[in-house]
Amino acid sequence: MTTETEIAQDPKTAPDITRHDVEAVNKSENRSLYKKRVKIHPKRVWGTFRKLKWWIMAITLGVYYITPWIRWDRGLGNPDQAVLIDFPHRRFYFFFIEIWPQEVYYFAGLLIMAAVGLFLVTSVFGRAWCGYACPQTVWTDLFIWVERFVEGDRAARIRLDKAPMSVSKAVKRVVKHAIWLLISVATGGAWIFYFADAPTLAQDFILLDAQPVAYITVAVLTFTTYSLGGLMREQVCTYMCPWPRIQGAMMDEHSLTVTYKHDRGEPRAPYKKGETFENRGDCVDCKACVVACPAGIDIRDGQQLECITCALCIDACDDVMSKIGRPRGLIDYDSVAAMNARIEGKPAKLKPIRFRTVAYFCLWAAIGLFMLFVFVGRTELDINVLRDRNPIYTKLADGSIQNAYTFKILNKARIERSVFLEITEPQGARMKVVGAADTEPAMTALFDLNPDTLQSFRLLVQMPGDMIDDEATDITFQLRDMSNGETATYDSVFRAPER
Amino acid sequence: MAERHVDQLSGTETTGHEWDGIRELDNPLPRWWLWIFYACVVWSIGYYIAYPAIPLVSGYTKGVLGYSSRAEVQKEVAKAKEAQSEYLSAIEAASLEEIRTKPELLEFALAGGKSAFNVNCSQCHGSGAQGAFGYPNLNDDEWLWGGSLEAIHTTIMHGARNTQSDDARVSMMPAFVKDGIFTRAQAGQVAEYVLSLSGNATDQAAAAEGKQLFQDNCVACHGEGGVGMTELGAPPLNNNIWLYGGDKETIVESISNSRGGVMPAWGKILDAPTVKQLTIYVHSLGGGQ
Repeated sequence: MTTETEIAQDPKTAPDITRHDVEAVNKSENRSLYKKRVKIHPKRVWGTFRKLKWWIMAITLGVYYITPWIRWDRGLGNPDQAVLIDFPHRRFYFFFIEIWPQEVYYFAGLLIMAAVGLFLVTSVFGRAWCGYACPQTVWTDLFIWVERFVEGDRAARIRLDKAPMSVSKAVKRVVKHAIWLLISVATGGAWIFYFADAPTLAQDFILLDAQPVAYITVAVLTFTTYSLGGLMREQVCTYMCPWPRIQGAMMDEHSLTVTYKHDRGEPRAPYKKGETFENRGDCVDCKACVVACPAGIDIRDGQQLECITCALCIDACDDVMSKIGRPRGLIDYDSVAAMNARIEGKPAKLKPIRFRTVAYFCLWAAIGLFMLFVFVGRTELDINVLRDRNPIYTKLADGSIQNAYTFKILNKARIERSVFLEITEPQGARMKVVGAADTEPAMTALFDLNPDTLQSFRLLVQMPGDMIDDEATDITFQLRDMSNGETATYDSVFRAPER
Repeated sequence: MAERHVDQLSGTETTGHEWDGIRELDNPLPRWWLWIFYACVVWSIGYYIAYPAIPLVSGYTKGVLGYSSRAEVQKEVAKAKEAQSEYLSAIEAASLEEIRTKPELLEFALAGGKSAFNVNCSQCHGSGAQGAFGYPNLNDDEWLWGGSLEAIHTTIMHGARNTQSDDARVSMMPAFVKDGIFTRAQAGQVAEYVLSLSGNATDQAAAAEGKQLFQDNCVACHGEGGVGMTELGAPPLNNNIWLYGGDKETIVESISNSRGGVMPAWGKILDAPTVKQLTIYVHSLGGGQ
C-alpha cells in the first residue's frame, strides 16, 4: 500500500512544486511474485533416526540399482531378467510372475494397494513416506551427503558460499557438481535397464548402439535428478508436490508426527552449566534443531507444511538433552492428543489402532486378498471370441445357417500344447476352422498352440435350420487341454434370420 | 487506455477494467513462462530455417534439411513393400493348396486378400462379401462357377461375361418370353415348378404343367431337378439361395428376360500374388470347397 504524504515545502526549492515521498508501485523490483530462495545448509547430526535413514537409503538405492541385474532362468529363448518390462513383446516379468497386457489390472490393483497403504502409514505415522522413503528425500539426502563430503559441514559451507571466487572454491564446486552429475547419470542409467536386457543394453549404451529413446530417457532423468535433488531440494516438497496438501486429510489428532513438546520445553531460555531447570522449560534455545533441518524450518513453531518429518531434529535435540542431563525426547514422535492429555495432567497414551487406521487396513487387506485370489486362480489358457457382424449370418444351400467367429486363444504356458474346442451348448452344431487341412465341418476342432503366444483363428459354425428357433441362440465354446484338463469357456450368440 | 488503478490490498496495479466491482490484478507473467516463450521464439527461428515453413505464391520454402512428409511416407511404404516381398514371392511360387495349409502364408494371404477385397471387390460384393441383388454372396456354399480354389482363382483372373479376357466365364440364358420361346402363362408355370424344387410352390397344378417345359428347356443347363451346373454358371434352383430373389414375380422376370452378371477380369488389373491372396480370402469366407 502506498501512503502518500506531502512534504512541507522547502523554501529553497522553487515554489509551486510539490515533492512527494512516494515510490512507484509498479517498480520492477517490487513486481516479483517470488520469494527468493534462501539457501539452506543443514548441519550433520548423529543419532538413532540418522542411522535408520542411512539404512533406508542404502536399501532403497540398492534395490533400485541392483534389481535389473538379478537373473532368473525361464528356459531357453526367454528373457532371464528377474524384473523386466518388455514393451516390444508386451510382457511384464517379475521373478516367477509373467503378466500379459490383458492382465494389466494387476498393476492397477497394486497401485490402489500402494495408495491405500500410504493412507494407512500416514494415518499412523504421519508423513513417514516423505521423511524416509520418498525418492526426493532419499536422493536429496544423498546429494547433501556429497555436498558435505566435498565442502564441509554447515559452517564451512556458509563460509564457502560467502567467500569470493578462488581456485579452491572453484575446485570444490566443480567436484561437487561432477559427483552430483555422476549420481544423476547413474540414476537415469539404472532406469532404462528395467526395460531391456541389462547386460546387453549396458554394452550397447556404452558403444553408442542403443536406441535413441534410451539416451533421451537417461538425459531427462539425469536432468531431473540433478535439478530436483541437487538444486531444488526442499522446494520440490514445499511447492511442487501435491502430497503435503493431501496428506492432512489422512491425519487426525492421534497420528504420530515429529513434534516439539512445548508443554515440556516452554518457557525456553538459554542455559548455563550449574543452573536449575526449576520454573522454566527444558528448551535451551540452542537452535540445534533449526540448523539440522533440511527444510529450513523451526519445529518449535509447531507442525508445518514444509516439515517432511525426517526426524533429524529429534537426533539433534536428543544430543543436546543428554549433554545437559535432561531426558531425551523434547522433540519426538508424538501426537496432538497425547500432548493435550499431558497439558491437562492426564496420562498421555498413543492410539495407533482406531477406526480410521482399521478401516484403511481392512480396505488394503481386502484388495490384497482379492488380488491374491484372482492371481491364484489365473489360468494359462484363455479364449476370446468375436462374432463376425458383416454378414450377421449366412444361409447355406442345405438350409442350415452359418456364423463366423474370430477366435483368439491365449497360451500363457511356455510349452506347445494341443487343445480341443467343442460347442457344449447347443448340441449338434458343427464347425470348421479356416486353414485346417480338413474342410468338412466337424463336431470338434483341434488347435496346436505355440508356447507363450496369442493366436487367432477364424471359425465357421453351422447349425441345421430346423435346430434354430430363435434369432439369437446362446452358444458356449469350451476349450480343453487334454493333457492337464485345463479349460476355458466363452459365451457368445449364434444369429439366424427372423422367422 | 483505461485509467491506472492500484489495488489497495495487494498494492498491485490492476488492468484498469472493472466488471461489477471486480478488477483484475495486472500481475507480471511468471518468469519461467516468459523464458519458455522466448525459448520458443528462438526455436521457431531455427525451425523456419531447417524445415519447410513459409508458403510462397507457387510453392514454399524447402528448409535446409530438405525434409518432406510425403517423402517420409514414400520411404515407409517402400520399407513395408520390402518387408512384404519375401512373403509375396513365396506366395507367387506356392500353389493355392500350399498357401491354404501353410499357416504363415495363410495368415499373410488372408490379410492381404482382405485388404485387396476391400479396395477392389467390396463395391459390388459388399464389405463383408455378403453380396447384393445380382452380386453373389461369397460366404455361402453355393457357387455359380465353382467353389474350389482353382475355380475361384479362374473366376477372379478372367471375370465373367466381359470383353477383357478371352477366357472369361461365359454363358447366356435365353430370354424365354422376350425371344418368344414361352408364353407369359408358360413362364408362370415354369416359375411355379422352379419354386416347387425348393418346396415353395403355392400352385401345384401350375407346377405340374411347368415340369415338362422345364424338362424340355432348362435341364440342359440347370440340371435334372434344378441341381445347377457350375461349368455353365447355372445356379442350383433347388434351395433357398437366390441371386435375384426367390419370389414368383422375380423368377418370372428372370425367365422372361434372362439374367447374367458381368465381372471384370482382375488378372488384367491386379498382379498375380494379389489375385492368389484374393482367392485364398474368398475361399476362406465360409463356402470354399
